[in-house]
Parts: sequence; structure tokens; C-alpha cells
Amino acid sequence: MSGAEEKEKHLIRPYGDRKDDGVVQLSFVLPVPASEKAKEAAATVARKLGLSHVLVAAMERAGEGYSFFVVYGRTHMQLDYNSIEVPVVLHRKHGFDELNEAVRRDLGRRIVVVGACIGTDSHTTGIDAIMNMKGYAGDYGLERYPMFRAVNLGSQVEPAALVARARAEGADAVLVSKVVTQRDVHKEDARALIESAREQGILGKTLFLFGGPRVDHKTALELGFDAGFGPGTRPSDVANYIYYRILERMGKPPEPQKTAHGTPDATIPLTGEKLGETL
Amino acid sequence: MAQLFVESEKIVRARELARSAAAGLQAFIHRHTTVSIERTVLRLLGIAGAGSRGAPLANLMVDRLREAGVLAQGAAFWLGRALRAAPGKDPLQAVERIAAHPAKLPALSPAEDAQLREEMRAEAKAAARELRARVDQRKQLKASLQVGSFPGAPWKYVIVATGNIHDDVEQARAAAQQGADVIAVIRSTAQSLLDYVPHGPTTEGFGGTYATQENFRIMREALDEESARLGRYLHLTNYSSGLCMPEIAYMAAHERLDMLLNDAMYGILFRDINMQRTFCDQYFSRRICAFAEIIINTGEDNYITTADADEAAHTVIASQLINQAFAHGAGMGDELIGFGHSFEIDPAREDTLLREFAMAMMVRELFPRSPIKYMPPTKHKEGDIFFSHAYDVISDLVAITTGQGIQLLGMMTEAMHNPFLMDRYVALKSAAYVYRGARHLGEEIRFRPDGIVARRQREIFDRALALLEEVAKDGMMAAIGKARFGDTARTPEGGKGLDGVVEKGPGYFNPFLEILEGQA
Repeated sequence: MSGAEEKEKHLIRPYGDRKDDGVVQLSFVLPVPASEKAKEAAATVARKLGLSHVLVAAMERAGEGYSFFVVYGRTHMQLDYNSIEVPVVLHRKHGFDELNEAVRRDLGRRIVVVGACIGTDSHTTGIDAIMNMKGYAGDYGLERYPMFRAVNLGSQVEPAALVARARAEGADAVLVSKVVTQRDVHKEDARALIESAREQGILGKTLFLFGGPRVDHKTALELGFDAGFGPGTRPSDVANYIYYRILERMGKPPEPQKTAHGTPDATIPLTGEKLGETL
Repeated sequence: MAQLFVESEKIVRARELARSAAAGLQAFIHRHTTVSIERTVLRLLGIAGAGSRGAPLANLMVDRLREAGVLAQGAAFWLGRALRAAPGKDPLQAVERIAAHPAKLPALSPAEDAQLREEMRAEAKAAARELRARVDQRKQLKASLQVGSFPGAPWKYVIVATGNIHDDVEQARAAAQQGADVIAVIRSTAQSLLDYVPHGPTTEGFGGTYATQENFRIMREALDEESARLGRYLHLTNYSSGLCMPEIAYMAAHERLDMLLNDAMYGILFRDINMQRTFCDQYFSRRICAFAEIIINTGEDNYITTADADEAAHTVIASQLINQAFAHGAGMGDELIGFGHSFEIDPAREDTLLREFAMAMMVRELFPRSPIKYMPPTKHKEGDIFFSHAYDVISDLVAITTGQGIQLLGMMTEAMHNPFLMDRYVALKSAAYVYRGARHLGEEIRFRPDGIVARRQREIFDRALALLEEVAKDGMMAAIGKARFGDTARTPEGGKGLDGVVEKGPGYFNPFLEILEGQA
């Protein structure tokens, strides 16, 4: 194999004070009283994780039978940054008015979005942040977009009921939020939703989007969703994403738009990254 | 000391309006009872167990009576009749027998009727005396110990939520040893929507631990022990909200809890519980809290986690005044009302610290005799736990400087998961530092009467006053219908639990209510 065919490697390590020093910081609790022995146990945890130059910076008595540690160490692992693959969508993000105009122009109708917290989850913070008029962090919610019809079913909706409602509304997209993630209950409910969508025949037609503090794009894809949205997602991110995916499904995906310096000028963040960071 | 820059005439006016808004519902509340109120009466009268499939006996009985269409007489009346008809029998079977054919029961003579009521009143009084004794026991323990880290320090309130009551106990003990003053056991997700209280100890929950009487007892016992060891009193709190407000209040009183989350509107707005149901249930639950001297924590912090904290600040003030009016209506003194609010303004904005000072001082001074419950930032928390920690510490500073009574300590991992043991440790250590370091700061600083803080208070209060004018004019139910609180609209017939509201009949009998209202 010639060097020209092989993709150039970009080796990196965690960076503390100097390039490639491999420094990481950890904090954890051990269920033993604070003592010299406990401190050595904490250092051992770090060494067993593969760290060298281990420094137990703090051992605090966190109750009688518990010790809290802050530990530093160096890792010797390195990785090839060029071998990391993350699906990233490269489309220009529209502003509020611009997106409404684009939907009117390209679709000629309102986009219908049905959202809910499914299963036993009653934490509607996430779905409300995206759908309610008010929005989140100064970014208007979907209800505010004239070219979106947003139906928020609220909390504790059974997956099958959500799918049935989405069918009845002719939804372009279904938005699901799960906050409670104990024992991976969010994944169970998510699977049940996708299964139900398959049974009711809207999988592959309606977009399924999964959001929540412990959700990322990769997990969502694995669960059978079209996309996952983690913490920090703005309603406008979701609105733009849906618009572009509908265009794609209509067979007219837009070209990534280039800026003067040759890169797309914004991306739609899918995993909670702030705008621009995925470039 | 906290400063208030609002004209006193406006405050007087606002209180009048809130009183009138709450009074508008009081007649409705007195005309109705609910399944949860009736179950509470049965529990006081000793119906505490559960059936073979875990259904509480109080539920089984009240459901039979409701299905038979006779609940309007009051469950205590029917329990009395059942016990007379079949003395010594299993109470559930006895109730089932009479509920099967209520029309076929022979009418009681006036003398018999009066005698039945007197017997049940005597039972209720004996039970209430026992309840009183348990409350006194709690007060004695507290009086014999140090309370809080020092006079004037907010009580440090932390949450445990493992799902397993025995793990909760471990975490609560560790938190107590690290300086916590109040332990809240977060309930399992959606327990508020259950129309019964689960029975017995529980070791499985989602996002929290089921509130059951046995779980209350287990945790209180551990905290009694830990209080004695540390020489500092540990308060226990839980949630009298949702569909079982009165029952939880009764169980909490019995198991010597110190505080309960209890709000006149929270369930309606944020859990979509029917408003008729909630207004009736909040009244009875607060009557119990008044009797048992349980401090309630109202839920206004929720308004500003849903809506924008800067824009919705006035709804917090308006709701607090309404909550106060309802609590007064249920016989509660101001010293038992922990008004809730929170440190929630978007940290990306400028001068948020001044705006938080304005709000915290205003709430403090509007209710000078109440233990104000201050909640930490949650809405704008990030996965960057180091930033989140800095953000929490600023709320600690506002809490100590403005004399908040109870501070729920922020967790740097708020945006991610239930608090880890180390998250609580870091929060408690930092709060102790801030309280110590800024102990007398509030006495030293004065804000300008024409500055940002003063203007902000006046602006919020003017908007709160306008909202209260509207609420008093339209009525509470209509105001909620127009999404005036928490950006959420609800209708009188909507939401969960309406079928559990029953209009009282002519001979309605509730000996517990008679005691709580001071008629017996």
C-alpha cells in the first residue's frame, strides 16, 4: 500500500499542560472511611484504569463510611483522530423568518410535528422546551413558527397512542423526549415506539426524532430513530433538521452552501454541539 | 437585612385580591369531598392495610361506596354503619356487604344516627390524640437538638432518589454527616398520578422512591438515630401533591415528617390534575399540615423553570400570595408556609445577580414570618459541571445574604442524573463555606432606592398586582383557563381525577374534618 492511498494519521492524546502529556482528571467515591489505605485504594483505581503518574489531589471525608477523591493521572493511549467517524449534517441553518419562508416556498404547506413524553415519563421539560410557544434559551418553540403545526401531547403517552395520533394528524415528524433514564427505561420505551411505528406502517414515512439529556445521535440511530438530540438542542435546530430531511425525502436535498473560505458556514448540531464546533 | 422597595399600599391591595380570589373557591371546596379525602378519614380510623393484590383497603372501600353512589354521606358514616351491622367482622367485608345494596338498608332512627356519629367521633378523637402525641414527640426531639448550622443560616436541603428506600437511608445518613439539615426523598416518577398510595417498603422506583407510609417510617427512624448522634436535628420531607395530597399529609403527620411539598395549583398546571379535585384536596391536606405543624413548601419555582424566569417573575409573586390565602383559609399560620421560588435567570444575561437579589429580597420581605424555600438553578444547567458548580455557589451567596429559610442545594450534575454521593458532598461543603464566609454580609450591604434592584422589584410587583386584579375579577378557574400561571391552560372539567370529586349530601359526615376545623 502506498503512502498516498493511506489516509494521513492525526494522533492525539488528552492535553493537560503540555501537548501529548495525556493528563486526565477523575473524581469518584469509595465506600470506605478516609485513611491512608483508602488513598492508596483510590490511586490503585486510577492505575487499574491504565493511568500512570497518579496523584490523589484530594481525599475528603464524605460521611463516615465514604471518601471522595479527586485524582490526576496520565494516559498513554493515543488515537487517530482521522479514524473517528461521526455522522454530521452539513446544511446551513435558517433563522426563524427565513425558515418559515423556505418551508412556504419549498413545501408549500405547514410541517406537522407531533410530540410527547412517552411511557411513564412525566418530565415534559425537554419536549416543552422544543415545542411550547416560549421555546428555550431565547429560541422560539415550534408552536411559534407559522409554517409548523406543533401538537404537544404532554406527558405519559403510550407509544402506540403517540403513533396512532401521528398517523391521524398526518405528521411529518414525531418528537419524543425521555428524561428518566434509570435502568435504561428510555431505551425500552423508544424501542416500543419504533416497533409500534412499524406495525402501524409509518416507519420510514414519518421522521422519528429522539431527545433527552442522555440521548445522542448515535444511540438514537441504533434504536431505529432518524435522529437524536442531546442537551443544548434548540427548537430552531429541530425545525431546521425536519425541514431538510423532508426536502431530502422529496428528492431535492439542497447543496451544502459554501462560505467565502470554502467551508459550509454552519451545521445543524445533532448531538448537542454548539453551532460551528462540528465543522 | 433584605430590603423591599415596593409601596406598602400596593402590597395591602395585592393581599386583598389574593384573599378574594381564594375565597371565591372556598364555598366550592366546602360543598365537595374527594375520594382521597374520604380515604384519609378511613386511614385515621384505622383502615391502614392492603388487600391481597396490594390495593390499599381504604381504596377498596371508598371505590365500593362511590360505585354504590353513597359516598356523599362520607366514608366514616358508612364505616360506622358497617361496623354496627356486623360487629367484629372484617371492616372491608362489612363495607362491601352494605355497599352491595345500600337501598335495602333499614333507615336509622334519629337516635341511632346520632349515636353512630358520636361513636365515630369518639374514635376519630382518640386517633387524633395519638396523632397529636406523635407530632409532639417530633417537636420534643427537635427542641432538644441544634437546628441548622447556625441561627440565620438557611437549612441545607438535599435530595435522595435511589428508588430503594434502604439505599436512600445510606445516602441520607452520609448527607447528614456532611451537614445536610433536610432530606427530601424524591418520589418515583409519576407517583403523583396514582390515585392510591402504595403499601409497604419499596425497593424499586423510577427516578425516585415511592412515597409509602412504611418508607416514611424507615427513613424517619434512621434520621432520628442520626440526629441524636450528630446532635443536630434532621428534617424529613416528602410530596403532598398529585392525586393523594390528603393521604400523604396524614401519613407524613403520623410518621413525623417535618415538611411537605404542597401547592394549591402545582398539580393542576404541571401534572394536569383536575382543578376541582386539587382545590378540594389541597384544603384538606393543609388542614392536616396545620394540625400536625408540618411546614409546607409551595411550588412557584416551577413557573420559572417552564416559562422564562425574567419574564415570569411576577407570576411567582402572585401565586405565592394566592397560596398564602389558601393556606390561611385552611388554618395555617405564616410560620408553616415555606414559599417557594428559585434562582433561575438565564446566566448568559447581564446583571442577573442583581435581579436575583431583587427577587429573593422581595419574597423574603413579603412574608417576613415564613421560612422561604429557595430552589437552585436547574433550567440553564449544563453538562459542564464545573460551570454548574460556580452557578450554584452564586445562588448560595444570594440565599445566605437575603436570609432564605430553606435552601435546596444545587447539584452540579443537575442536568445529567440523580445526585451522586459526591455531588451532594461538594454542594454541602461549598454551601457551608459560603454561609460562613458571608454570614453577616446581608446586614452590611444596602441597595440604592433608585437602582436596578429597587426598579426591578417595583416592576415585578406591579405586574403581579395587575395579574391579581385580573384573577380576582375573573376567578381562579378562569385565570388558569387563560394560562395565567406557568404558561399552561387548564379547564375545570379537564385533567385527571375529576371522577373522584363528589358533592357532599345533606347528612355528610367527616369527623376528622370536624376536628381539623376545630368544631370537635
